[in-house]
Amino acid sequence: MRRVSLPLWLISGLLYIFMYAPIAVVIVFSFNSAKHGGPWMGFTTQWYGKLLDSSDKIAATENTIILAVVSTAIATVLGTLLGYGLSRYWFPGKKLFSLLMYIPVVIPDIVMAVAMLAFFDLVSSLLGWFNMGLTTMTIAHITFQIPFVAIVVRSRLVGMDPAIEEAAHDLGASTWQTFWGVTFPLMLPGVLAGAMLAFTLSLDDFVVSFFTTGPGATTLPILIYSSVKRGITPDINALSTLIVLASVVGTVGVTLLQRPRQPSGG
Amino acid sequence: MAKKKGEVKFGEQLTVGGHLSRSVVTSGPGIFWVTVFLLVPLVWIGVVSFLTRGEVGGYGKPFTFENYTRFAGFGFFGFDLLYPQIIFRSLVLGAGTAGFCMLAALPLAFFIAGMPARYKNTALTLVLIPFWTNLLIRTYAWQIILAPESPITHLAVALGLTTAGSPLYPSAMAIYIGMVCDYLPFLVLPLYSSVEKIDWSIAEAASDLGADKLRVFWHAILPQVTPGLVAGIVLVFIPATGQFVIPDLLGGAKTVMMGNAIQQQFLQSRDWPFGSAIAFIGMGIVLVGLWVYARFSGEKGGELL
Amino acid sequence: MASEIPAIEVENLVRRFGDVEALSHVNVTIRKGEFFSLLGPSGCGKTTLLRIVGGLDMPDEGIVRIGGTDAREIPAHKRPVNTVFQSYALFPHLTVYDNIAFGLRMKKVAKPEISERVKKVMDLVEITPLGNRKPAQLSGGQKQRVALARAVVNEPQVLLLDEPLGALDLKLRKQLQVELLQLQRRLKITFIYVTHDQEEALVMSDRIAVMRAGKIEQMGEAESLYEHPHTRYVSQFLGSCNLIDGTVKRRGPKEAIVDSIVGELRVEFGQNPPAAAQRDKFTLAIRPEKVTLCRLDESAGENRVKVRVDELIYIGSETHYVLRAGEQRLTAEAMNVKVGSQGFDIGQEAIVYLPAAGLLVLDD
Repeated sequence: MRRVSLPLWLISGLLYIFMYAPIAVVIVFSFNSAKHGGPWMGFTTQWYGKLLDSSDKIAATENTIILAVVSTAIATVLGTLLGYGLSRYWFPGKKLFSLLMYIPVVIPDIVMAVAMLAFFDLVSSLLGWFNMGLTTMTIAHITFQIPFVAIVVRSRLVGMDPAIEEAAHDLGASTWQTFWGVTFPLMLPGVLAGAMLAFTLSLDDFVVSFFTTGPGATTLPILIYSSVKRGITPDINALSTLIVLASVVGTVGVTLLQRPRQPSGG
Repeated sequence: MAKKKGEVKFGEQLTVGGHLSRSVVTSGPGIFWVTVFLLVPLVWIGVVSFLTRGEVGGYGKPFTFENYTRFAGFGFFGFDLLYPQIIFRSLVLGAGTAGFCMLAALPLAFFIAGMPARYKNTALTLVLIPFWTNLLIRTYAWQIILAPESPITHLAVALGLTTAGSPLYPSAMAIYIGMVCDYLPFLVLPLYSSVEKIDWSIAEAASDLGADKLRVFWHAILPQVTPGLVAGIVLVFIPATGQFVIPDLLGGAKTVMMGNAIQQQFLQSRDWPFGSAIAFIGMGIVLVGLWVYARFSGEKGGELL
Repeated sequence: MASEIPAIEVENLVRRFGDVEALSHVNVTIRKGEFFSLLGPSGCGKTTLLRIVGGLDMPDEGIVRIGGTDAREIPAHKRPVNTVFQSYALFPHLTVYDNIAFGLRMKKVAKPEISERVKKVMDLVEITPLGNRKPAQLSGGQKQRVALARAVVNEPQVLLLDEPLGALDLKLRKQLQVELLQLQRRLKITFIYVTHDQEEALVMSDRIAVMRAGKIEQMGEAESLYEHPHTRYVSQFLGSCNLIDGTVKRRGPKEAIVDSIVGELRVEFGQNPPAAAQRDKFTLAIRPEKVTLCRLDESAGENRVKVRVDELIYIGSETHYVLRAGEQRLTAEAMNVKVGSQGFDIGQEAIVYLPAAGLLVLDD
C-alpha cells in the first residue's frame, strides 16, 4: 500500500494524542492526592481503596450491569428476529416499517429520552402510578438497542450467498432444518456482534437513562454526571479509570476475537 | 415483492400467506416493541406540545398553539428570538463539529489505511478504544485539562488568549474542543472503511493522464470515500446537534443549546408542553437537514449504517 | 426404449419475470441415464429451466414431471433431484465430510452407512484426504469436487449442474470435463448440464438443447446439431459458419442448383431436408473446415469460387483463412498437415471448393 508520508505521521500522531488526552488525564489524576480535586499534589492510590467502601458507587455498578445484561438479552432476541424477518419475508407496508427501524439511529437521544419520559408519565396516569426505575430504564434501553441489533443481523444475512440455503433445501432440509443447521450458524457472528453493540450502548448510555431513571436506579453514567456537576474529585477519577480500563480490555478482547483464523493449506 | 401464489425465495415455495405468517412471528415482536415504545412516545410529545402547562408543573388541556408561538418569539415579554437562536446555534454546533471532525478524520483514515498490515489493526484499535469509552468521562476530563492550573491554560495565558487564573472553560471553544474530541472516532470509523476499499488504480490512471495531486484527490479519491464520509457526517451531526451534556459541562449556563433547553424545560421549569415543542421542532429540523443532505449526495450513507 | 419413463418431462413451461418471458412454452423430454446439456448465452433461460426442475423456482404455466410424477406441488427438499451450484454453495461452517454427509443426515440414514457412502464418493472424485478441511481452505477445483460429491452421494434420480466449471482455469476445466463425463457414465445418473461453452457441451453431452431468449431453438445429438444446424443462430453458436444467400434456378428431388453471389452452386439436400428447402430463396451455410482451398489452376469442377486471401491466421495445428469473393466473405480452416507454408499468402488469389453435401439449407 502507499507509504505514509512524514507530515501525515505528524498530524496523525497529534490527533491520536488529542483523542487520548482526556483518557490519560483521568487516569493520571485518579492518583492525585488532592482531596477535592484541583492541581496535582502527590501520588496516592487511596481513592481506589475508598471505592470499595462507597455503597452508592457499588450500587450504581450493580444497576448498570444488571440493566445492560437484561436489556441486551431481550433486545438481542427481538432484534435478531427482526433482522432475520426483514431480510427474508415480505409484508404490506414493509418499506415504511423498515424506515421505522432507523428512527432511534437518527434522532437526537435527548428527543427520545423526553419522549419516553412523557410516555411513561402518560402510562402511569392511565394505569395507575408506578415508580420510574430500572424497569422503565430497561424498556427504554431495549427500544434503542433493537434497531442496532436488527441492522447488524440483517446486513450479515444480506451478505450471505442465497445459494447456500438453496443448497440445503436441495439436499433435503426443510425450512426448520435449514434455519438451524445452516442459516443460524452463519448468522451467529452477526448476532453476537449485535449483542455486543447493544451491551455497550446500554453501559455507556447517559441521556436516556437520565430521563427514565428513578429512586434507587442510579447507573454509573448518572452517578458520574451528578458528581462532576458538583466538582471533580479524585475518587470519581478512580471510578472513571476503572471504567476506562474495562473499555480497553473489552475493545482489545473483541478485536482479538474477531481476527479471522488463518486457514491452513489450500 | 410476493406474487399471488407460490413465490420461491431461497429454495422455499411461499405463498403470500406464508410470508405474512412468518413476518408476524419474526419481524412482528420487534416492530411492535419499537412502535409502542418509540413511535407512540414521539407522537405523544407531539400531542403534548399542543397542551398547556398546569399550575404545579403538570400539563393538560386546553389545546393551544402557544408553545409554538412562544418558540417563534412571541413570548411573554415581547418579541424575543431566543429559541430560534438556540436551534440555530445547535445546528451550527452540529455542523461545525461534523466539519472539524471531517478535517481531522481524513488524515487519520488515510494514515491507518496506509499502515503496513501488521500495524493496521493496532492503529485501528487505538481509534476504537476512545470510541468505546464512555463519552461522559471523556468530556468531563476536559475540565481538568482546561483548568486554570493546567499547562494548556498556562500556554494560553502566555499567548495572551486569556487572563491568568481563569480556566479555559466554560466557553464556546471548550465546547467545540470537547465535541470534536468526543465525536472524532465516530467519523473516523465509517470513513476508514471506505478509504480501505479505495481502488488506487483509479488515482494512478488519473495521474497518468496528467492530473496534479489536488485534482487526483478531488476527482479520483474523494468520490470513492463519499459513502463512508456521508455516513460518518450523519453519525456526528445528529447527536452533536442534540447534545446537552457537553455544552453543559464545558459551556456552563452561558451557552444554551437545544439539548440544554429541552432538559431545562423538562426537569427544571417543568414546562413539558413547551419542552415538547422544542424537542419536536428540533427533531424536525434535524430530519429535514438530513433529508436535504441525503438528496444532495445520494443515498449511499444509509447502506453503510 | 419408448416405454421407459423419461427422467424429466417439461411441458409448455412458462416463467415470467415482470414483463419478460424467461421461459416461453418450453417442451423437453430427457431420457434416463443421458447426459443432457442446456446450451446458450446468458439470459437465454437455461438456468431458470434448471432451477424449476430442481424446485428452486416455480413456473407460471406448464408441467414438470420427474420420473413420471407431477412435481409441481413437491417442494425442493422432497424432490429426488440434487443440484451442483455455480458458486458451489458449500456450507462454510461445516467440514468437507459434513458437507457431503448433509443430505444423508437429512434423510436420517444410519451413521455407518453414511460413513461408507461418503468415503466411497470421496474416493470417486478423488478428495479422500480433504475430509477435515473447511471450504475456505480449498482450491476452486477441490471445492467443485466437494460440491459434486455432496450432490452425488444422495444417489438422486437426476443431477442438475449449473455451469459448475465456469470459475476454473482452462486446463482444469478440460480435465474436469472428462472426469465428469466418466463419472456420469459410471454412475449412470441422468445429468442435466447448463453451460454457455459450446465446446464443453459438445465434448460431454449425449444430447444438447440450444436455447435462445427462453425457447429451445434446436435439440439433438452433438454431431447432428453441429453438422445440421437449422438456424443461423445455431450455426453460429456451435462453431462458426459461412452464410451465403441463394435463389433456386433448377430443382431436383434431392438437390438444387442455386444462384448466389459467388456464382452457381449445387446443393445436396441430404436425409431430412428442412422445410425451407422447398422455398425459392434460402440461406446456405457451410462450415469453414469443409471449405477447401485449391490453387488457381484447379478451378475445374462444380462449386468452385475464385477468392482472394485477405487474412491468414496461424493457430498451431490449424491455419484459418479469411477470404473474399467480391462482396462475399468466406472463412476456411485447414489442418497444418504439412510443415511450412501451405502455399497461400495474404493478397494471393485462390480457388475454394464448396462441396455440395456440405452446403446446408437454413430454416431462417
